[in-house]
Order: sequence, then structure tokens, then C-alpha cells
Amino acid sequence: MPLNLRTYHELVGADRSGLPEQIGAQRRRVAERLAGVGRLVAVMSGKGGVGKSFVTAHLARALARGGRAVGVLDADLNGPTIPRLLEVRHAPRTTHSDAVEPAIGVDGVKCISMDLLLQDGAPLAFRGPQTESFVWRGALEAAALREFLGDVAWGTLDTLLLDLPPGLQRIHELGDLLSAPPPVLTVTIPTPESRDAVRRAMRDARERGAPLLGIVENMVDGQFAGTAGADLAAEFGVPLLARIPWHPTPDAWDQLAQRLRSPA
Amino acid sequence: MKFLCVECDKQMVFEERQLPGDGTLAAAFKCPACGRVVGLLTNPMETQLVASLGVVIGGRTVPAQPLETVRGMVATGRDDAFDEVSGQRGAVSGPTWSAEAQERLSRVPSFVRGMVKRIYADYAKQHGIGEITAAVMDTARAELGLEGM
Repeated sequence: MPLNLRTYHELVGADRSGLPEQIGAQRRRVAERLAGVGRLVAVMSGKGGVGKSFVTAHLARALARGGRAVGVLDADLNGPTIPRLLEVRHAPRTTHSDAVEPAIGVDGVKCISMDLLLQDGAPLAFRGPQTESFVWRGALEAAALREFLGDVAWGTLDTLLLDLPPGLQRIHELGDLLSAPPPVLTVTIPTPESRDAVRRAMRDARERGAPLLGIVENMVDGQFAGTAGADLAAEFGVPLLARIPWHPTPDAWDQLAQRLRSPA
Repeated sequence: MKFLCVECDKQMVFEERQLPGDGTLAAAFKCPACGRVVGLLTNPMETQLVASLGVVIGGRTVPAQPLETVRGMVATGRDDAFDEVSGQRGAVSGPTWSAEAQERLSRVPSFVRGMVKRIYADYAKQHGIGEITAAVMDTARAELGLEGM
């Protein structure tokens, strides 16, 4: 004879742990922190090694040179490179009761990165049972991303660029953490292999409701042959915002910044 | 997460949480009708999964600290990653620390030490305590559910 157990929703008493409320408070903290940010832009690619961080850092600098208040959140927790690209020197992050101050890079770009917090050369390692760490490691990385969004004193920014690692995980997490998926700037190199990998990421982002801002084709006029940028732009109906050569001048970044401000 | 006393058909209420220090968690829930207490025991992996979400079974006793999960869970953090400023921005004040309390605090990993120090200082301030001693730390740890700190 089975027990006549009531279900969770039939128990109307308060849940002292209030786990849903705690999660809700986390989301509100992120929303409140980002209230002063005019525009979030996720820099994404489905492929590694296409220069996402390079594009992110130089785009941020160009926007800043144009008079915009800009921040970069390095969401590549396991391979962070933004501080070096922004020439940020290691220094303790000043911590108040409610927030951590971001680092300031060249051209006044604010940034936060796991690189600023880890021992030199050390991998991102977490405390806890190492067996079956796949069960909880993803949740911890999502929590770190949430805290980078919600616990850093971003202040008033025109644009906060989110430098995503290869793959789709972070864009999914951002969709959960924010009220809506952020607009996406996609980076590819010219090759058909890159095109095929990036296509999957763009399709995934679009299916999740992320606006696609356009394509940046990086490392053109070099040893990588192909038309991935134009192909993807045509396929998804988005602009090819820039074709960045192997040795770009500041003008190339300034033009990209200009087009990102007014992509039409 | 809710617990039901099936015999009484009453929702049990959270009583107490303990972190024994071996990665496990124990939480007690009591039936308000018959007084029966049951324990929720999680293994290290389950405990870690809950901690990874940045939530606390039994509810929060202290406000969320900046980068709390990163500072509490990253094992390879820089010793000088954070420079703590007391209280709200611009305000520098706080209780004094006894030698024994300072020694105990020094054993906390430096990556997370500033956050732990702030939690104890806030506790002392809220209770009108001018000097943080080892006994104050013990009391705060028990009251705030900071068994791991």
C-alpha cells in the first residue's frame, strides 16, 4: 500500500531554505548591477583560435578612444587573456562590502578576468571532491560568470563586452542569468572549417533569441583562404562588419567600432 | 526543499545545519506536531553541487559577499588578489582583533581571508562588540552557520 504523500506544491508552508528565492536574489543582483550598462555585447564564435579575445580587446579600446565608457568581462574562465591584451598589471582588486572594483586597462577600458585572480600559470581549480567533478564544475563556472556580472562595480558604461570562450556553454548561461540573451557579435576566420563551426554557434544563439549583430572576419589576407565571413553574413542576413587583416592598424578597429555603433 | 512528517501530515521545519569539515553536510528538520527530528545528510559531491549554485540550505544568515563563490571555491587563487576596504565605500572603521583571533584568522587561506574577516567584523558591529576574540569567533560561527570558516 503506497503512502499518501503530499507533493512539494501541496505543502504551503514557507521553505526556510528558500532556494528559489536565493536564486531570484542572485538574478536581481545581476540586473541591478547592470542597470547602468547601456549595451551588453557577447563576442562569440563556435570555434577556438579565431581571435575572439583579440577582437574584443581591440574593439573595446577603439570604442573607448571614441569617447565611450567600455568594460570587458573575460568569460573565458579557463583560458583568460583579456588583461594581457588590455595591458592590465596585476594588482589586488579593491573590495568593498557590495562590490569588487574592476581593473583598468589601456584607453580606460574596465575589465574583470579570472587571470587577475589566479596564481601565475595556475589552472582554474576548485576546492571539493575531485571525483565526478563534471557534476558540479559547470555549475561553479556559471556561478563565477554570475558573480563577474553582478559583483563587479561596473558603474555607468556605454558598452560591456563579454568575451566568450569557444563553445556554446557560456551563451546558454548568459541567457539564464540575464533577462534576455545578449546581442552577439560573431568572430570567424575565412576558412570553410571555421564557417561550419561558427554556423552551428550562430544558429544556436539565434534559436535562443540572441540578436545577431554581425560578423567579424579575422586573419584575412593571410594563410587562411575562404569566404566564411561573407557566407555567414549572407546565410544569416547580418552585416559583415569588418574584415580584419593579419596586422591591423588602429583604423581597422575604429571602423569596426563605428559600424558596431550604427551597423546599418 | 521541504520535508513532510508523513505520520502527522505536517511540513517539517528547518532546525539546524552543520558542516563537519569532511565535505559532507548535515541538516535537521523537525515536525512541529510530534517533535520528531530527521536529518538530511549529503555526501561531498552533493554538498559541492549545492554550494556551486551559490545557495545555502536553511537560508542565508549573512548577506552575499562580492565574488563569494569564486573566493570560497577557487583553490588556485592569488594570495594578493583582493584588497579589502572596511564597511561601505570610503568608510574605514571596525572592531579590534585579539592576538588569538588574529592568529586564527591568519590560518584562513589568504584568497578568502578578507571576506571572512569582513563577515566577523560585521557580526561584531551588529552586536556592539569592540574586540573580536576567539570566543566571539566561535559564537559568530555557530550563530551564522559559518562552520567552514
